[in-house]
Amino acid sequence: MTVLTFTLIMILGAFLAGFIGSLSGLGGGIIIIPLLTIILGVDIHYAIGAALVSVIATSSGSAAAYVREGITNMRLGIFLEIATTIGAVCGALLSTIAPTSFIAVLFGLTLIFSAVNSLRKKEEHIVLESSPLAKKLKLEGTYPTHDGQIVSYGTKNVIGGFSMMGIAGMMSGLLGIGSGAFKVIAMDNIMRIPFKVSTTTSNFMMGVTAMASSVIYIQKGYIEPGICMPVVIGVLFGAMAGAKVLVKTNPKKLRVFFACLIFVLAVNMIYNGLNGKI
Amino acid sequence: MEKSKIMQHEKFGEKDFQTIIGNLLRYGVWISLSVAFLGGIVYLIHNGSHIEDYSVFKENDRNIFEVITAVYNGAIQGNGSYLIFVGIILLFLTPVLRVLLSLFSFILEKDYLYVGITLIVIAIIITSISFGFSH
Repeated sequence: MTVLTFTLIMILGAFLAGFIGSLSGLGGGIIIIPLLTIILGVDIHYAIGAALVSVIATSSGSAAAYVREGITNMRLGIFLEIATTIGAVCGALLSTIAPTSFIAVLFGLTLIFSAVNSLRKKEEHIVLESSPLAKKLKLEGTYPTHDGQIVSYGTKNVIGGFSMMGIAGMMSGLLGIGSGAFKVIAMDNIMRIPFKVSTTTSNFMMGVTAMASSVIYIQKGYIEPGICMPVVIGVLFGAMAGAKVLVKTNPKKLRVFFACLIFVLAVNMIYNGLNGKI
Repeated sequence: MEKSKIMQHEKFGEKDFQTIIGNLLRYGVWISLSVAFLGGIVYLIHNGSHIEDYSVFKENDRNIFEVITAVYNGAIQGNGSYLIFVGIILLFLTPVLRVLLSLFSFILEKDYLYVGITLIVIAIIITSISFGFSH
């Protein structure tokens, strides 16, 4: 396959990955990796590097709007970045020594976990009274709703959320993904942050988390320009198209379909990993 | 109208920084992608008909400063893949600039707890640079 053909196929594939990632709420990075490794036969290290670059692009792009609207809780984000960056550095170092088959199997399991998590029914419980540590760290905040009202919220279980964020960061550094599913567990389920704030704050943190591991990726040669360029462009435009469609359609039925698709990809990754084909 | 109502509820300085950080993220992404896109075109013109094999990983052990020097020299000579790399490095710098901006924002607000927290994050990122080639 010539470079030109490869590039065109990748732009198309990455566009689809960004589109599906945006509609399913899983993010483009987690879909581009099986696409590159299983379908195009790219080494998983290059796939991880390209996915991480696309994660930075899409997360910074969408974080921009939310930060300006004042939905993002910047203090919470920066505080939790301590955990995610430490985790990311550990994960990236681990990825340089871990066997490829281990990474492939772990990735497959993470895919299944994320797909199941995206289907789970979510209930919101806003806490008004923050825990003493949360108060000390000024983690409580407000956010504007669509009709201009200001909602106040508190938070609790800071240490639990912080630890879960460390795991999220490690998965991100190890697999080159945004690990949104782990961050949602840390913020929604453990710290009781409202959805709107937790998703936007998680987006806001992704760039810095990815940055911490990307330095190690660059030095180890994971970042291959010929792969990254079509992947970033494709994923970004795919994610933008996905966001447009998302406004018009009900994503619930789509989510089930995508979850099944992702399950098949995940099983494939695990199978190939165990057979040493990745 | 609704937006101005919201603004009154928050500190003016903080809202300013939200706008600046929002713009930084937006323009950072577009500038870096434009550079990567231009580099991509140059790369395809020169290498479009070549055959690359990405199925085997070639591990590198260069430190970040060597990489940046190589990228700088290559980009000046108009090498497409190094131009793409410039775009990628600009993209990586966007969140770093964002962290520095939040540091200034906290200094201005005299929120020293968060000045400290932001400095810890910066220290971790700097440490990751040295970890990359100690291995």
